[in-house]
Amino acid sequence: MSGPSTYEPKSGITRWLDRRLPILRLTHDSFVAYPTPRNLNYWWTFGAMLSLCLIVQIVTGIVLAMHYVPHIDMAFASVQRIDRDVPFGWLIQNIHSVGASMFFLAVYIHMFRGLYYGSYKAPRELLWILGCIIYLLMVATGFLGYTLPWGQMSFWGATVITNLLGALPLVGESIKNWLMGGFSVDQPTINRFFSLHYLLPFVIAGVVALHVWALHEAGQNNPVGVDVKSKADTVPFTPHATIKDLFATTLFVILFAVFVFYMPDALGHADNFIPANPLQTPPEIVPEWYLLPFYAILRAFDFNIGPIDSKLAGVLAMFASIGVLFILPWLDTSRVRSMRYRPIARQFFVIFVVVCVFLGWCGGQNPGNILLKAGQFTATLSWVAEGQLSERSIEAPTAAQWQETADAAEAEARSQGADMTAVTRTGETTGTIRVVTGGNPELQTVEASTPDLLEEHIAEMKAEVGQAAPFYTVVRSLPPRFTVTNFSQVLTLYYFLFFLVILPILGLRERPDRVPDTIAKPIAQGAP
Amino acid sequence: MAEAAHNTQDGETTRRDFIYIAGASVAAVGVAATIWPFIDQMNPAADTRALSTTEVDLAAVPEGQQIKVMWQGKPVFVRHRTAAEIASAQRDDFANLKDPQTDADRLVQENGEAGQPAWLILQASCTHLGCVPTFVEGSAFGGWFCPCHGSDYDTSGRIRRGPAPKNLLVAPYLFTGPTAIRIG
Repeated sequence: MSGPSTYEPKSGITRWLDRRLPILRLTHDSFVAYPTPRNLNYWWTFGAMLSLCLIVQIVTGIVLAMHYVPHIDMAFASVQRIDRDVPFGWLIQNIHSVGASMFFLAVYIHMFRGLYYGSYKAPRELLWILGCIIYLLMVATGFLGYTLPWGQMSFWGATVITNLLGALPLVGESIKNWLMGGFSVDQPTINRFFSLHYLLPFVIAGVVALHVWALHEAGQNNPVGVDVKSKADTVPFTPHATIKDLFATTLFVILFAVFVFYMPDALGHADNFIPANPLQTPPEIVPEWYLLPFYAILRAFDFNIGPIDSKLAGVLAMFASIGVLFILPWLDTSRVRSMRYRPIARQFFVIFVVVCVFLGWCGGQNPGNILLKAGQFTATLSWVAEGQLSERSIEAPTAAQWQETADAAEAEARSQGADMTAVTRTGETTGTIRVVTGGNPELQTVEASTPDLLEEHIAEMKAEVGQAAPFYTVVRSLPPRFTVTNFSQVLTLYYFLFFLVILPILGLRERPDRVPDTIAKPIAQGAP
Repeated sequence: MAEAAHNTQDGETTRRDFIYIAGASVAAVGVAATIWPFIDQMNPAADTRALSTTEVDLAAVPEGQQIKVMWQGKPVFVRHRTAAEIASAQRDDFANLKDPQTDADRLVQENGEAGQPAWLILQASCTHLGCVPTFVEGSAFGGWFCPCHGSDYDTSGRIRRGPAPKNLLVAPYLFTGPTAIRIG
């Protein structure tokens, strides 16, 4: 792509250097003379912002590490000390914590850009996969870093996530203990998380170098997705891309600064300002906003799938939701790169973006929250007040015949004039039947807006009636409802359908729009 | 030498092939042996493992009360159950349970001997995602209730309602005296 080097050392020193270590030549070829498609739009400026984010996180992180103490009794206080006592510590700590959010904001836009314009298709598969690896490393680094302030959300987030690994069959428990360095999230955990949190950004930097290398080998994709045909289709990276990136990055930095200076804690959770307490669980455990969509996918699985229990299914789905990105280049069968020329795929893509946003919303909600319901939840309690209570034991010949025997005993009691009967099983084949005869049948209905509240109201009603009723018959009417979990399930289904079904099939069936000749044909050269 | 080259051309196995494979195998074993200490160092250290048992004096826990003790860095409930709680736990042995288990099974000590119905030793972490359940408050079954996602456990710590897949885990314990137990 880059072609032969056009670098010409101008001074004696650079000529001397060029013979020995052609680093200036590499820089010149990569960031000055490098030909960049002339039709790139502003969605192509996020790579520059991401580089900036990585540098900012590494620089601020190194400084924070000079003051931070990775100890369960001192970590929380040391972060507070950085914020209050260390000169400019408040600034550096805020930049680091806001920087994580800004990093993810930029990377998500960068990824959606790649998805929309088909930047993962040949010859850029490895470029895309390297990007996925960077993203995965970012998630790991973000998670490790969030543990370090040792607030309630740090501690319980780490507990929940390490518990997830425990869901893996056979090896889960060992992996969990290996990762935690003990049997719970404790001193060894925070110590190693600190070490790894320091390490991973440098690994990211290494993979970024490969990412840029692969980019410069294959050349940049562009909004029309048509390969660059000639030199006339490109402009040199400097000044064109450099200045454009600089302008976009400046806007990005303004947004960054708004958060840092005016609402540094707006993106975090208030509970993380409470020191970690292993004996007290916060009322809700949520990850940072940038991991909420995956948290929603994790929690969407509240049902078992055959031999896979719900917890493991959720864990597998969560990893699969990132894993599927790795094989995307081979899932999308369309030969047209840019969705600009794929009218149907474009609509599915827009839905996909909306789905991801709503998954994030679901991840932040209580999963049991009811979004829609057909009606109020009601329960009818009936009992007999002031009746004659008698009790006797019953026994079934075998355990299998228990239900039969119990039903027969109840039927018999009723035929003898009982108003109410109740059977309690006390053993494999034994039980007691309680019978109420005479008295006044009573009826009460309770109503509530959620099933949990309904149970509470039932318990209250029982407490109110107290001894007057020996036992109750409770008939609950629970109209169909649509909860946050159900919503997450629908969204999760679409997420996977998009990659595993829609893209593979659509690529074969869809009739792409015609790319205008002015774009598709190299008229600049072909003209007579 | 000439013969070896000749054989290689014929695609036959030579002594050199053997040396390559043997050399690579030894190197692989060496690499594995070198890597292992770097992986194994992350496992629980000896002092962490040494903290794996906790002694509890039961005399300090009056009937109807429970204490939380730390075992392996995790909270454990030591509950002194009332007669009503025991009765309710035993009555529900054959109720409709998600993870069927009798109350007596949940009291069994580490060595297989039966426990005492008054003392229930449970790991205080919800089997859903590891939150610490609260006692009674919010529970419709008179047992534990997890504030995170609403799992409800009865007086034997069995899951009765909510997302948790399993009963609260019983902590392995042993009576070391009439009023003393060792957890772990």
